[in-house]
Amino acid sequence: MMVEQTLFLSAALFIIGTFGVLVRRNAIIMFLCIELQLNAVNVAFVALSNVWGIDGQVFVFFVMTVAAAEAAVGLAIIISIFRHYQTVDVDNFNLLKW
Amino acid sequence: MITAFLLQGGGDAVAGGEFHPFLPGLVVLLPLLGFLANGWLALQHGKASADAVRAGGELDLGDRHSRPATHTLPTWIGPGVMALAFLITLVNFLRMLGAELHEPVVISYWTWMATGTFVVDAAIQLDQLSMVMMMIVTGVGFLIHVFSVGYMRDDAGYPRYFAYLNLFVFFMLVLVMGASYALVFVGWEGVGLCSYLLIGFWFSDREKSDAGKKAFIVNRIGDFGFLVAMFFLFREFGTLDFVPVFGEAEALVYGGGLVTAITLFFLLGAAGKSAQIPLYVWLPDAMAGPTPVSALIHAATMVTAGVYLVARSSVLFALSPVGSAAVATVGVLTALFAATIALKQNDIKKVLAYSTVSQLGYMFVGVGVGAYAAGVFHLMTHAFFKALLFLGSGAVIHAMHEAYHHTHKHDDPQDMRNMGGLRAAMPITWVTMWIATLAIAGIWPFAGFFSKDEIIWQIGAFGGAETAPYPALYTFIWVVALAAAMLTAFYMTRMMVMTFHGQNRTGAEESKHLHEAPAVMWVPLAVLAVLSVFGGWINVPEALQTAWVGLGGLLPTSEWLHHWLEPVTLQAHEVQLEHLGEVSHYAPFGGGEALWAAISTLAALTVVVATIQILGKRDVATPANDPQPTGFANVLANKYYVDEFYDRVIVQPIIRASRFCWKIIDATIIDGAVNLVGMLAKGMGWGISMFQSGSVNTYAFILTVGVLVILGASVF
Repeated sequence: MMVEQTLFLSAALFIIGTFGVLVRRNAIIMFLCIELQLNAVNVAFVALSNVWGIDGQVFVFFVMTVAAAEAAVGLAIIISIFRHYQTVDVDNFNLLKW
Repeated sequence: MITAFLLQGGGDAVAGGEFHPFLPGLVVLLPLLGFLANGWLALQHGKASADAVRAGGELDLGDRHSRPATHTLPTWIGPGVMALAFLITLVNFLRMLGAELHEPVVISYWTWMATGTFVVDAAIQLDQLSMVMMMIVTGVGFLIHVFSVGYMRDDAGYPRYFAYLNLFVFFMLVLVMGASYALVFVGWEGVGLCSYLLIGFWFSDREKSDAGKKAFIVNRIGDFGFLVAMFFLFREFGTLDFVPVFGEAEALVYGGGLVTAITLFFLLGAAGKSAQIPLYVWLPDAMAGPTPVSALIHAATMVTAGVYLVARSSVLFALSPVGSAAVATVGVLTALFAATIALKQNDIKKVLAYSTVSQLGYMFVGVGVGAYAAGVFHLMTHAFFKALLFLGSGAVIHAMHEAYHHTHKHDDPQDMRNMGGLRAAMPITWVTMWIATLAIAGIWPFAGFFSKDEIIWQIGAFGGAETAPYPALYTFIWVVALAAAMLTAFYMTRMMVMTFHGQNRTGAEESKHLHEAPAVMWVPLAVLAVLSVFGGWINVPEALQTAWVGLGGLLPTSEWLHHWLEPVTLQAHEVQLEHLGEVSHYAPFGGGEALWAAISTLAALTVVVATIQILGKRDVATPANDPQPTGFANVLANKYYVDEFYDRVIVQPIIRASRFCWKIIDATIIDGAVNLVGMLAKGMGWGISMFQSGSVNTYAFILTVGVLVILGASVF
């Protein structure tokens, strides 16, 4: 069946996204990687809905909605951070500690 | 309305000896009202002077005719409430005189507290003893209030002074009129508080405020004894009211451990309040207060509370020969000890202070040998002549102070070495103080002769009773009491000679400003002088009345006070008669009452005359030229170093122990443990906070690792 292969694809995309969040320093790239993770989950939902029923596909719409809202808020934050620091390198954003 | 009260109260006694329910309570209430009024004025006065200080100056009292109302009103309120209280007391006294009361009248106003079986009513007890005390407290108190008007008039704290003085009288009346030990204790503590407030009246002087603290703390030791005795009484009788306690007291084992413990603890309390060995040390220091305070609190009333307590508990003391003997022994040792210290004092008030301690010792001896009426008799005459002596010394100090004030000299106005020859300037003070001196020295026919002689006679009579305990002890007490009486005659005469006779040593310019006290001050002196002469005549012993002492029966009464107090002391005398038998009619070494009365008064007179002859011719050195006394005289001048001894043995160890508890136990161990816990929490928090780097990648990494760990745990 296609389910296994699709789940492999989903896992691969998720792991790539995770590593991207962990190792990259550019906020935009990290943001893209988070989107990648979300979409990896979406792929898994769609693949599994073939087995478990339509619920997974319905859930995907919710995830996409949340992802769209998150993208709007997240990009706005990144823009205002950029205006402040003239950079989007997260190593520079470490005031919130201790 | 007042006349209605008087008519109702003073008319012929209602059958059954019932008293107006409200009038006796009014006696207590009036000084309290006076306190509230004067206290309010004092607060207003304080605000005004605080405003003046804030504006950069001082409250101007102006001259004597243009003073603020807060300063002039207490003049009328303070002595006014006392005059009313005295009048009401007099009315009740006359009523009791007519009623021939045999049982105490207890008037209960409300239940003060009721916890389980322990019930205390706010009740006053009217009987012959409390009536005598009320007469002394309100009568002598009134005279001293009047004197205070003259003495304190120019003091900035004048309204506060009268507020405290009225409050004192209120508590003193609670003490003598309370119908239970609990109420007596309320008064007992209250007078202690007022004593503290008035000793430290000029509290900006460190030494004076320390003296107040000393009086308060030493009295705490005595209060402990009073409390423990009350606990014993409550455990035994289930109540602290006088009537039931004394009614059932004879169920106690005669001379048993319990009654002895109760009496000894009461003795501790009485020794604290009445300045007896070993707790007398606060009274001489209490002279730091204004002189009328010394007269009212530290001579006439408060310090006699211990004698009142023993007389009130006469049944208990009669049941305990050990307790009674302890009272008499403590009394006579104090009488001698304080009298010897008084020999070498140069401060006029210190002489009188030690004299008071000594005379209180005599009262203790009186109530300790079962002569409760004699003890109260001496209490009364002592209130007259000692208040007079203190007020007289106040007049002297007042004159000395003003003389020094005129020339801005800073010598000690209380040091007798600065006085001398004052009789020319102050004839009324001179005469009245001589009357008091002759009275205290025990010269016939002054008041002190009758009371002191009565006590000394009763020692011998008690010691010679058929089955008296420790007869040798009582012979010893009798000898010491006689010796101390001679010392009294000497040191009092010495004081008079140094103050009023010989050359004036105040200074050439100053002596011109010495003057007699104003009328508001000398009139109380004169009244007290009359009482010091005739006060003793109310209790002339029967054996003496027909002999020469009573002028062959000319003196009016025969043991009037003795018979008057009989309803109160009867029970104790019956106990004594049952267990000790008839008292002796001869002194320890033979001789009857009249003979020994003659011997003692002649001896005292000889001492007085000899002292005038010897000291009158001797020049007194001024303080600057006076060499330090040597040998035993130096020991006496330093009061046997008792204060130093107490300081070394009690005060310093307590300070060291407190410092140990403070510095080591509290500040190091307890605070250290608390701080250690705090430091640990803080350190751990600091360590863990290091993980919070602020770097998003680190957080993400930790999050991922955490998820993996949880997932891994759930899978495997």
